[in-house]
Amino acid sequence: MAIDMRQFHQTFFEESLEGLAGMETELLRLEKAAANNGHDTVAADPEILNTIFRAAHSIKGGSSTFGFEEVAAFAHVLESRLDALRDGRSRPDRRVINLLLLSVDCLRSLIISARTGKETDKNVIDGVRSQLESLESESRASVAPMMATSQTQTSATAHWHIVFRPHRRLFHTGNDPLRILRELSVLGEIKVQTDLADLPAWAQMDPEECYLAWNIELIGPVSREAIAEVFSWVVDDCTLEITAQPVQSLAPRSITEAVAFMDAHAGTLRVSVPKVDALINTVGELVITQTMLSQLTTNFSFDNLSRLFAGIAQLERNTRELQESVMHIRMLPLSFAFNRLPRLVHDMSQKLEKKVELVIHGEQTEIDKTVIDRLIDPLLHLVRNSLDHGIERPAERVAAGKSETGHIELKACQKGGNVVIEIRDDGRGLAYDRILTKAVERGLLPASAKPSPGEIVEMIFMPGFSTAEAVSDISGRGMGMDVVRNNIRSLGGGVEVSTQKGHGTCFTMRLPLTLAIVDGLSVQVGVHTYILPLVSIVESVRINPEQISRPAGSAELYGLRQEYMPLLRLYELFHVEPRSTDLAQGLLVIVEADGKKAGLYVDDLLGQQQVVIKSLATHYRKVEGISAATILGDGTVAMILDMTGLIRLAHAGGGRAAIPTGAASMTTAVTPTFN
Amino acid sequence: MATILTVDDTASMRQMISFTLSSVGHEVIQACDGHEALMLLKGKKVDLVIADINMPNMDGITLVKSLREQADYKFTPILVLTTESRESKRQQGKVAGATGWIVKPFNPEQLLNVVKKVLG
Repeated sequence: MAIDMRQFHQTFFEESLEGLAGMETELLRLEKAAANNGHDTVAADPEILNTIFRAAHSIKGGSSTFGFEEVAAFAHVLESRLDALRDGRSRPDRRVINLLLLSVDCLRSLIISARTGKETDKNVIDGVRSQLESLESESRASVAPMMATSQTQTSATAHWHIVFRPHRRLFHTGNDPLRILRELSVLGEIKVQTDLADLPAWAQMDPEECYLAWNIELIGPVSREAIAEVFSWVVDDCTLEITAQPVQSLAPRSITEAVAFMDAHAGTLRVSVPKVDALINTVGELVITQTMLSQLTTNFSFDNLSRLFAGIAQLERNTRELQESVMHIRMLPLSFAFNRLPRLVHDMSQKLEKKVELVIHGEQTEIDKTVIDRLIDPLLHLVRNSLDHGIERPAERVAAGKSETGHIELKACQKGGNVVIEIRDDGRGLAYDRILTKAVERGLLPASAKPSPGEIVEMIFMPGFSTAEAVSDISGRGMGMDVVRNNIRSLGGGVEVSTQKGHGTCFTMRLPLTLAIVDGLSVQVGVHTYILPLVSIVESVRINPEQISRPAGSAELYGLRQEYMPLLRLYELFHVEPRSTDLAQGLLVIVEADGKKAGLYVDDLLGQQQVVIKSLATHYRKVEGISAATILGDGTVAMILDMTGLIRLAHAGGGRAAIPTGAASMTTAVTPTFN
Repeated sequence: MATILTVDDTASMRQMISFTLSSVGHEVIQACDGHEALMLLKGKKVDLVIADINMPNMDGITLVKSLREQADYKFTPILVLTTESRESKRQQGKVAGATGWIVKPFNPEQLLNVVKKVLG
């Protein structure tokens, strides 16, 4: 029976990438230990080494089983290297740890290439492999007696150049160059060039002598030992040169690519067993309730009314629990995003010659998978920023009376329906004067402006703003703070910054727990219902016509407690017939986003409820001012309003800017799709 | 399939080699020392000789030397059995004209691999 192995590939890819992430974490722990004890080498905790080894071992096993030869070959080299560390045959020093980290990158890109069919940078991988291999022979030399019996070591480098010049008498020992070439071809792909230079004229030729020489290119997962083994019988009967092609270090591009790939393509979800158990449990209860209710209704009499109500209440509870359990399936701990950071900090601080310690708290906080996926880029960017711009060089820090090592603290916790992530550094803080100068230079502010510190800090979120003195290859890679803020906003969250000169900066990201459900307030405008996300609602007030003012232009402003805000008539915006156009007849819902407020004029408030978000862009098209849609209890479709967009519209367009008419007939256009 | 001569003073070793090589279809001739080997090879051509080094009467090195002097055996592959620790013996074997060696201890699989390599 033929089994299609492809069905296991996806699982293999995912577990391997996870295993690599684990390896990376442990390697960084080793690195840290090495850095802390001040020595280069470190007496590693055997458990750490075991974990790292097991990961490489599983990848090797899996990849050879599933036929990913390149992955298997690389994993094998890595494994034997790690085996030596584990046995205590050699000790990890920082050079070795760095090389192992590079190997993790290589394996990652090999796995990704196996998955996508995209070419890897072969030179890079071969380079790392031969470095690994040379490390191995170093350690083998020091433990020669132990290694002597093991002949099956097939560690690897990729590209060998072999010059094989047999002595004339080679044939006299019964050896045959053809046999050697044949053996080499078993090891890997070979290109052979025969050197005829020494071939004498026909008359002078002795058929028992060997006149030929060969130049051989060997490409494949082959160690120097394996090649030497092939030539071992003739090594005294020839001149032999075996040279490896030069070694390169891994381009950082591959890492970023790999990380990006993991983000974009983690299409499946691995769920912990307790979560599934909880789900099954809830479904069980739901079935019991359903049975009870159907029994009640078969022979229904009004005596049972109270039991019916109790049953419905139970159904409600079960449904809510089921919803929660299902939501939890999509929840992943933030460590999935945070795991990338130690490596980033490690690599970058080396590059920038800074000393940085990264502390992570609350990585167990759970958040929707989609949020995690889209959180990673902004997170990486913020940490990069802290490292590049925030933390000073050791000398500068000492001069400022601070410890030589800078600190970046990452804290996550759940607050209500939100997850709050703080990225705090103890660096130099934001330089107001430089930001201001730059903002004026870039034309973001008039030269005469006298902004408050809060406003200055806000400038860094403006599109086209960058304070990096030179565009380094670390931050300032095109993604600005405006992109960070937009990404976070598109997730329904926000990002704020606080800073103290000389003491550091803190970015606070607020993110919704899930993107699938939102707590909303339903409001009525004419016959339509709209949902306002609860997080952005400040209060609802009855309109006092005296507080309305229309300064210049047509914008209506509403003054509430010394504060003026644009007033948006939703019926105008969405071209629907309101119950009343008289402001005094309706209500004003004050909403806030990004520190700006607006008043939304609605006919009535209907109530607070959780709604399931259905993407409008998927089912219809993207509409400004509307973030998504939902289906109400009676089956009608309601639009969920995009507060950020609406407020921006209100502030920019003066309040009377209408959504293009296409959106007006949207309700009817969308309805069938949802049913 | 090939005809192979195995020369060893240890019967168990001879049997093992013989059994292994026969199992894949080679014809195997056995000799218990260099002397007997030379006798057996008179007027007979084999494709490969596998000889132990330490043997009574005539050791492997001498056997290799004598065979290389015969026109029939000038280019025939001859493998000697050595142990890793006997580097010098291996060198002697080479100098005498052995094609290569098999390191003891070896298992049947390794033996077959080497033989396959030599016979192509």
